[in-house]
Amino acid sequence: MMPELGKYAGTVLSAYAVSLVLIVVLVAVSLWRARRVRAALDRVEKRGPRS
Amino acid sequence: MRALLLRDLALAVRAGGGFGLGLSFFLIVTVLVPFAVGPDTGTLAPIAPGVLWIGALLACLLSLDRILALDWEDGSLDLLATAPLPLEGIVTVKALAHWITTGLPLVAAAPALGVLLSLPGPGYLWLFVSLLLGTPALSVIGTFGAALVVGLKRGGLLMSLLVLPLYVPTLIFGAEVARRGAEGLDVQTPLLMLAGISTGSLALLPFAAAAVLRVNLR
Amino acid sequence: MSLWEYANPVKFIRLADRMLPPVAVLALLCLVVGLVWGFFFTPDDYRQGSTVKIIYLHVPSALMAINAWLMMLVASLIWIIRRHHVSALAARAAAPVGATMTVIALATGAIWGQPMWGTWWAWDPRLTSFLILFLFYLGYMALWEAIESDDTAADLTAILCLVGSVFAILSRYAVNFWNQGLHQGASLSMDAEENVADVFWLPLLVCMAGFVLLFLALVLLRTQTEIRARRTRALIARERAA
Repeated sequence: MMPELGKYAGTVLSAYAVSLVLIVVLVAVSLWRARRVRAALDRVEKRGPRS
Repeated sequence: MRALLLRDLALAVRAGGGFGLGLSFFLIVTVLVPFAVGPDTGTLAPIAPGVLWIGALLACLLSLDRILALDWEDGSLDLLATAPLPLEGIVTVKALAHWITTGLPLVAAAPALGVLLSLPGPGYLWLFVSLLLGTPALSVIGTFGAALVVGLKRGGLLMSLLVLPLYVPTLIFGAEVARRGAEGLDVQTPLLMLAGISTGSLALLPFAAAAVLRVNLR
Repeated sequence: MSLWEYANPVKFIRLADRMLPPVAVLALLCLVVGLVWGFFFTPDDYRQGSTVKIIYLHVPSALMAINAWLMMLVASLIWIIRRHHVSALAARAAAPVGATMTVIALATGAIWGQPMWGTWWAWDPRLTSFLILFLFYLGYMALWEAIESDDTAADLTAILCLVGSVFAILSRYAVNFWNQGLHQGASLSMDAEENVADVFWLPLLVCMAGFVLLFLALVLLRTQTEIRARRTRALIARERAA
């Protein structure tokens, strides 16, 4: 299945690996923070203005 | 405006550190360089203009937070802001005072320090001219940076991070003038660019700095 | 119904909620199709060998690194002129994405440069200006983090963004002047004689669309998060005051 990358296999694969890891980390951090902040807001709103 | 300028100058002189600190820092950096790269004239001469420019730039950076921080702490900045003088004028005067206390001594000292780094003969004039043209830009850009972080407790490190990228074009053209001058090449293009950056930032950045100060004084 | 309606945070959150799933799915689709197409089904370049495949990451990320700053510039201007909070928060949300794109562009470029130019790094104008751009991103984000008052932070970073843009462009020309480059010129301009061949161009186009959509999705998500975070802070402050 792997295409023939020749002598530059390491180069190409590492470039893809680095980029994909960075993108995945960025997306994961964004999602994680979104979830946390949403939960925090829900908590505060549920406590309501009367608490 | 003149009163403010005189006041700032008097404060800087009386506080002692004004003239001395930046200048001694410049001297020390210049002295440290041969220790790091070796005393060989062949090594030192080509890097001398660049090293002197970096030294002057760092010395400038070091003294930036004095421009506004003291006035911020004792509240005189609030008074100045309510004074009839426009805030843009105040910022310009502050930058001018910083240039006179820090930039001008650096410019004067740079040729002397060039001797230590065995700067080639024709380089002295162009080093002097490039610093003379470039340091006002450093002061004005620095005042903008100082205005950005004036309300913060530990703004010094942050200010370096904000100001140093802004210094890049000035440094490139300034050091290029000095280098070309030292090698006896044509200096006209970088010299004009450097002058353009200086006058441009002198004309525009006080407005940005004043806007920033207004936000911080809110 | 005008565009400015979405300056209302509640409306924006609702819009973002509706738009996020399709944009995210589309982004993922484009990225997977483009990268798989580029990685598995394109021929090697006769000069660069298989390293040409790095272009599918390098060019789109470089594109977005610059466009993210442009978007921040526009958002900052909108904040300064029309005082819409969503706009300021969108600029804040875009900065880390842009910084990451800059890192990807620099990293893939370095990895590609190692076998092609024989060096990881050269003080080439394009590389240098990207490094400077990265420094600007760092300063911008640090300023946001450092200031506690939300409105002050928004104002200061907006002005920094404007001034920074001017100096970033100046730096671009300065480094151009300062050193001659190794980097090839723009290979994708419309009028160039020697554009890249279609076999490379089509998957690259899909990848660029993927990166644009990814950026859009991330900015929507992160702006939403910033709005919610600010609302939480405001509610807590109100509770304390009560």
